[in-house]
Amino acid sequence: MILLEVKDLRTYFETDDGLVKAVDGISFQLQRGETLGIVGESGSGKSVTNLSILRLVPDPPGKIAGGEVIFNGQDILLLPSDAVRKIRGRRIAMIFQDPMTSLNPFMKISRQLMEMTQLHLGHTKAQAYEHAVKMLETVGIPDARTRADSYPHEFSGGMRQRVMIAMALSCEPELLIADEPTTALDVTIQAQILELIKKLKQETGTSVILITHDLGIVAGMTDHVIVMYAGKIFEQAKTKELFARPGNPYTKGLLRSVPDPTAEQGKLYQIPGLPPDVAHLKPGCPFAERCERAEEICRREFPPFVELTPDHHSLCHFANEVYGG
Amino acid sequence: MAETLIAIKDLRVHFNLGGNRIVKAVDGVTLDIAKGETLGLVGESGCGKSTLGRAVLRLTELTSGQVFYRNNDLAHLSGRQLREQRRHLQIIFQDPYASLNPRMTVGQIVGEPLETFRLARGREAEQRVQELLETVGLSKRFIKRYPHEFSGGQRQRIGIARALAVDPDFIVADEPISALDVSIQAQIMNLLEKLRREKNLTYLFISHDLRAIRHVSDRVAVMYLGKLVEVADAKTIYVEPLMPYTKALISAVPVPDPEIEATRQRIMLEGDVPSPINPPKGCPFHTRCPYAIDVCKEVIPQLVEIKPAHFAACVRISPAMPHIEEVPPGTAPGLE
Amino acid sequence: MQPEPEIQTELGHDEFIKGTSLWRDAWRRLLKNKLAVFGLVVVILITLASITGPTIIKRTFGFTPDYIPTGDMKLVRSFPPFKGPDGEFSWTHPMGTDNAGRDQLARVLQGGQISLFVGVIATLVSLIIGVSYGAISGYVGGRVDNLMMRIVDVLYSLPYVILVIVLLSMFRSQTPRGQLILLFVALGSVSWLTMARIVRGQVLSLKNQEFVLAARATGVSAPRIIFRHLVPNTLGPVIVYATLTIPQIMLTEAFLSFLGLGVQAPLASWGSLAADGIQNIAIFPWQLIFPGVTMALTLFSLNFLGDGLRDALDPQMRTI
Repeated sequence: MILLEVKDLRTYFETDDGLVKAVDGISFQLQRGETLGIVGESGSGKSVTNLSILRLVPDPPGKIAGGEVIFNGQDILLLPSDAVRKIRGRRIAMIFQDPMTSLNPFMKISRQLMEMTQLHLGHTKAQAYEHAVKMLETVGIPDARTRADSYPHEFSGGMRQRVMIAMALSCEPELLIADEPTTALDVTIQAQILELIKKLKQETGTSVILITHDLGIVAGMTDHVIVMYAGKIFEQAKTKELFARPGNPYTKGLLRSVPDPTAEQGKLYQIPGLPPDVAHLKPGCPFAERCERAEEICRREFPPFVELTPDHHSLCHFANEVYGG
Repeated sequence: MAETLIAIKDLRVHFNLGGNRIVKAVDGVTLDIAKGETLGLVGESGCGKSTLGRAVLRLTELTSGQVFYRNNDLAHLSGRQLREQRRHLQIIFQDPYASLNPRMTVGQIVGEPLETFRLARGREAEQRVQELLETVGLSKRFIKRYPHEFSGGQRQRIGIARALAVDPDFIVADEPISALDVSIQAQIMNLLEKLRREKNLTYLFISHDLRAIRHVSDRVAVMYLGKLVEVADAKTIYVEPLMPYTKALISAVPVPDPEIEATRQRIMLEGDVPSPINPPKGCPFHTRCPYAIDVCKEVIPQLVEIKPAHFAACVRISPAMPHIEEVPPGTAPGLE
Repeated sequence: MQPEPEIQTELGHDEFIKGTSLWRDAWRRLLKNKLAVFGLVVVILITLASITGPTIIKRTFGFTPDYIPTGDMKLVRSFPPFKGPDGEFSWTHPMGTDNAGRDQLARVLQGGQISLFVGVIATLVSLIIGVSYGAISGYVGGRVDNLMMRIVDVLYSLPYVILVIVLLSMFRSQTPRGQLILLFVALGSVSWLTMARIVRGQVLSLKNQEFVLAARATGVSAPRIIFRHLVPNTLGPVIVYATLTIPQIMLTEAFLSFLGLGVQAPLASWGSLAADGIQNIAIFPWQLIFPGVTMALTLFSLNFLGDGLRDALDPQMRTI
C-alpha cells in the first residue's frame, strides 16, 4: 500500500548566482512499512527533497516550483498551512543531522516532548509527562524518569539523537524522515542509533525515509534506494538489486570508491572531477564530465529514465549496457 | 628495519578547566613512527587523537613527555629553534573551509611558507607555487583566486600544496577527508598516497573513518580516552583485532553489501563514550567492555606485545592467551 | 581491472583567472541596498560640496565664509534665504545670512569641512589605536590580555564627556587650530575603547581557527599572524563600527561646540553654527535650520551606510 507518492517535484532557489534547481523533477513512491534510502553527495538535492515534502523550504529564497506530494491520498503541496502544520510532527516526523542545534537549549527535555503530544494528541500535562518518560525509556535513555527534566546540554550527542527520535515518534507518526541522523555521531554510537531505528520501526510499523551519503548504512537499513545527483534521480531500485547489479555509472562509481576493508591496499577507484555546479548546469547529462562511459550523446542530450526491470530504473543513455556488464 | 623518524615518549596533554577538573586529553602515549610509513591513528570523538597530532607538532603545548624528531626533542626547543624545525613537520587540517585565510589568494596562501623560510622570492617563488598547484592537481591558472571560490575538495588540495611548499619530511593529516564528499575522498586519498611515494613522506593519518584508515595505513594505532589501546599493522587490526574495543569499532562500521549487513552479528557497546574529564579508574574502557571483570576497574593496562608487532592494552589477554573469547571467565592472564 | 586513477587536473579556461575577493562580493551586495546607496551618495555629495564649496563661492560671489560686508552697513544683518537687502529675490544667499551678514551657505559648507574632518580624523585615530590594542590583547591572551582589558574597563567607566569638558576647559588653546587639535585628542582618546573590545572579541574567536594554526605550523611569526592574518579578517565589524563612530563623534563635537568648548570663531562647525543660530530661532529660524538639517542629513546618511555595510559584509565576514 502506497503511503507517500512524490510526483515530478521541483524546488528551485533564487541565489545571487542564478536559479539553482536543487530538486528538478523527481518522482518516487514509499510503501507502508518500508524504509526508503535516499543517497547523494552535497548538492544532490537529497535534503531539499525532504524539506519539500513537509514544505519546510525557506521561502525566500527557495520555492516549490511544481509537482505533487501525495500523502495518504492528499497532496500536501495544495493543503492550507494549518493543515500542513497538523501533519508535521503528528503524521510525518523529521529528525535532523545535528542533535545539538535541533533541540532548544533553554527548555527541559520533558517539556519539549510534552509540547508535541499536548499539541497533537491533546494530552493533559500529566498524560504528556508520563508519555514523555515512556518514550525516553523506549529509546534507551538510562534513568529516564530522573533525566527527563534535564536540559539538552546535559546529554551527549548520541543521547540527544535518541531524544530527537523520542520526540519524533511520540505522536506515533506514519512516516519518519531521518536526514543524516548519524553523520555527526561516533561510529559505535551510530551503530546503536541505527539499531534503535530498526527496532522501533519493527515495533511501530512506521515507514522511514533515510537520507545518507554512507552506502554502508543504506545497505544495512533500507529496502529501496534512490540515488540522487544534481537534483535528479539517477537510479532507483530495491536495495539488494542496486548493490548486486547497479545500472548507472554514477552508482557504480560510488560503490567502487568506498574502500573495501577486506581487500588489499592499492589505488582506490576514484570518480574523476568535481560535483556539478547546480547553478550552471550544462545541457545533456549532468554526470557526463565525470563519467567513464560518456559519449557524445551524453553531452548533447539529457538521458532517458530507462526501466531495467519494473522496479529498477536508471537515468542513462547506456543503462541497459551498464546493467548487463 | 626502517629508521624511526618520530619518537613519541610518554606524551601527556592535560587541560585544566579550573576547579579541580582536568581533561586528560592525551594520557601517556608512547609511539614510534618509522620513516616512510603511514601510521593511522583511529578513535572516536574525545579519544585525543587530534590533540595528539597537534601536540606532536607543538601546536598544542604538552603537559609532559617528549617528541623526538631526528634527535631533537621538539617538546623542549626554544621558540626560535622550534620555528626552524617547523620546516620539516607540516599539518593538513580537516576543515577545508576554515583552514585557508579567506582574505588571501591561493598564490599567497601557498607562497607564504616559502616567504617565511626564505626559500624563494619573486619570480622563483611564483613558479614554485605554480608547480605545487599542479602537483596537487589544480590548474596553476587559479593562482589569483580566493578560497571561497573553490569546492571543498579543491580547498583541501590547496591545503596540501601549502604543506608541501617547504618540502617537509613528516605530515600530520588531521581528518583530511572527513569533511568531503565520498567521491572526492577517494581522490584525496590517492593524491596523498602518490605524494608520499614521490616525495618520500611520512604520515600520521588521523581519522575516525576505519575504512579510510585501513586503506591508507601501514600500521594502525587505536586510541581510547587519551591512551593507546592497540597497535598493529593495518591488515591484522582489521582481520584479527585483539582488543574488545577494536573489535566493537570494526564491527560497528556499516559495510556496503546488503547480504553481509543482513546476516552479520554486531558487537554492540552499551552506553556512551565517557567524558575525558572524569575518565573511569583502571582501564578506561571497562565501563562498556563486555569482557570486563573486577580487576579491570583497578588496574590500568599497559601496551604489551601480545603477538609479534601487535600490541594491546588489556589485562585479560597475554602472549600465551591472545584471544579474549578463549580466556577463562574471571581470569586475567595479562597480570601474571 | 581498475583503470589507472589519475590526479584530476582542473578544467581551466583563461590565463590566470582573476578572483573575486570577498570585498567585491560585499560591494555588490551593498549596491543592492537602496537606502545604503542613498546614504553613500549623500555623504559623498556633502563631502565634495564641503571641500570645494567655499572655494567655488569665493570665485563666483567673491566672499569667504567669514566675510563681513563692513563696506555697506545695510548688508550687515540677517537676510532670509534667497532675499536681497530690500526684500527682492536674489541668488546671492541661498541660505540667507547670519547676524553679521556672513553668507550662510558658505558657512554651512565650511562647517561641514570642520565637522567631517573632526569626525573622520578622530575615527581614524581611534581605529588605529583600537585595532592594534585589541588585536594584540586578543592574540596574546592570558594575563596580558586581562590587564589590557581591565585598563579599558577603567577608562570606559570614566564619565568621558565630563572628562573631555574638563580637559578642554583646562587646556584652552589660544589659536583656533590649537583648539581643533585638542578636540581630536580628546575625542579620539575615548572612542578607541569600543573598537578595541570589538577587535579583541573577533581575534579571540579567530585565533583558534585552523588557518591561524596553519600559519603557526608554517613558522609564521606572531606579529605577522596578527596583522596579516587576523586583522584583515576583523575588518568587517571594524568598518561598520567606524562608519557609525563618525556620526557619534560629530554629534559629540557639535554638543561641545554648543557649550562653547568646541571650535572657536572664526572657524565654524555645524555644532557651533547651530549654537549661534539657536539664539535667534524665533526671528531668524533659518540660521538654525540650515546647519541643523544639513547635519541631520549627513548623520543619518552615515547611519544608513553603516547599516548597509553591516548587512553587506556580515555573511561574508565569517570564514565561510
